[in-house]
Amino acid sequence: MTYISLSLTLIFVFIPLLLSKTLKLGLEKDTILATIRSIIQLLAVGYILKFVFDAQSYMYIFLMVALMIVVATLNARKKGKGIKGITWKIALTLIVIEFVTQGVLLGFNIVPATAQYIIPISGMMIGNSMVLSILFLNRFTAEITSHQNEIELILSLGGTPKQAIHRQLINAVKASMIPTIESQKTIGLVQLPGMMSGQIIGGADPIQAVQFQLLIIFALLTTATLSSIMIGFLSYPALFNERMQLLEMK
Amino acid sequence: MNMLYEPAIHFQQVSFSANNKTILKAITGSFPKGKITTLVGPSGAGKTTLLKLCNGLLTPTDGQILIDNQSISTYEPTTLRKHVGIALQAAPMIAGTVFENFALPRSLQEKKLTKQEAIQYLQDVGLDQSFLQRPTNGLSGGQRQKVSIARTLINQSSILLLDEITSALDRQSVQEIETLIASINKKYNVTMIWITHNLQQALTIGHYTWVMMDGELIETGKSSLLNAPTDPRVAEFVQGVNA
Repeated sequence: MTYISLSLTLIFVFIPLLLSKTLKLGLEKDTILATIRSIIQLLAVGYILKFVFDAQSYMYIFLMVALMIVVATLNARKKGKGIKGITWKIALTLIVIEFVTQGVLLGFNIVPATAQYIIPISGMMIGNSMVLSILFLNRFTAEITSHQNEIELILSLGGTPKQAIHRQLINAVKASMIPTIESQKTIGLVQLPGMMSGQIIGGADPIQAVQFQLLIIFALLTTATLSSIMIGFLSYPALFNERMQLLEMK
Repeated sequence: MNMLYEPAIHFQQVSFSANNKTILKAITGSFPKGKITTLVGPSGAGKTTLLKLCNGLLTPTDGQILIDNQSISTYEPTTLRKHVGIALQAAPMIAGTVFENFALPRSLQEKKLTKQEAIQYLQDVGLDQSFLQRPTNGLSGGQRQKVSIARTLINQSSILLLDEITSALDRQSVQEIETLIASINKKYNVTMIWITHNLQQALTIGHYTWVMMDGELIETGKSSLLNAPTDPRVAEFVQGVNA
């Protein structure tokens, strides 16, 4: 794609700007800011990736993945700020996700151990895990707030914190996984996944693109399940003290 | 309260604070074993907090609570809560049937409740066996409270805490619950601490009473003290409620 063609795609930015202005939606400032940020961020990432791919150094790969984990952790922790130690709990979850997914992919030689594969796949896994963590924490804190009486009831009958919070934990795990499972049910029928579309547009064989997409969606299933279950089981003990009393969420 | 009776629960200079607010101030007193003691006082006096301290849902900031002459802090929380049951004001239920709610205390200990046992507990609270498979969200306020009380009995607690269990009920349901509490107290010899705003209830059902105001225990003794309070603040409160 030439830079002239790329510039012409800004028409897709002018359309919402025009509509926002006409209908007084007040989204002009946010739209412009989002556009500028995406241009800068993507260009920067493009140059960094080019540098890392050319260098073929495991140190740079490690630094890129570490940066992804840090940014994802800082973003997701906002939703669980009432839970003590949530930052390290999210970070640990993301690290485990990275080890498990890359362990299988590289350990079984499913993809080559090069930056071109490790970094984009890590990005997809960590990004998905971050979204799952946010969805889980959102639902989990809402469940606890709305079912405080039920939790207290189980504690008052001699239940342990794990027994008291079991239903809320399961509900939050299920709710956070629904988008992943539902989107996989209709994959290819309603929309072509971004990575697959990108490969096809880039000239790759559609069958090979599908194979890679399958690899990703299977890995995302593990990512989704592991993320919400790990965050859940690491988080709930922080909601109680050593006398098995439910702490007030701040 | 005099110590002629063996105390089931004894408070020794117990205070409780939360969010920089003092809720209970140096409470000292006892709840006699096997008797019904009512807790009365205006809203915000700290009555519910006091009940939650007895059940270990809260921990005193200061002072000591003895349950059967043993410090509350030496009990395992789960053991304590089976020993000291609580029926909460809102009578919370887990989603499901009455039987599922009855089975809950046992399932928490990985034990089963038989249908026959469940029917017996239903009869104890004056409900027939047709209630067993009813969903709890279809129960009336009075029925919910009865189920909540019966569920607490399943743990065979020797102390039962009742938090305003009749406050939202109609007159007939109130009378039924009063009769029920008196009969449970007699049948199982359970020590009961009952928060109520109904002074007539405190006089007729309670053996003893504690009058609390602003986190303090103002007056305590036999329930008849409500007929002739010695503290002017209690006299004013009684007059206000009866007016």
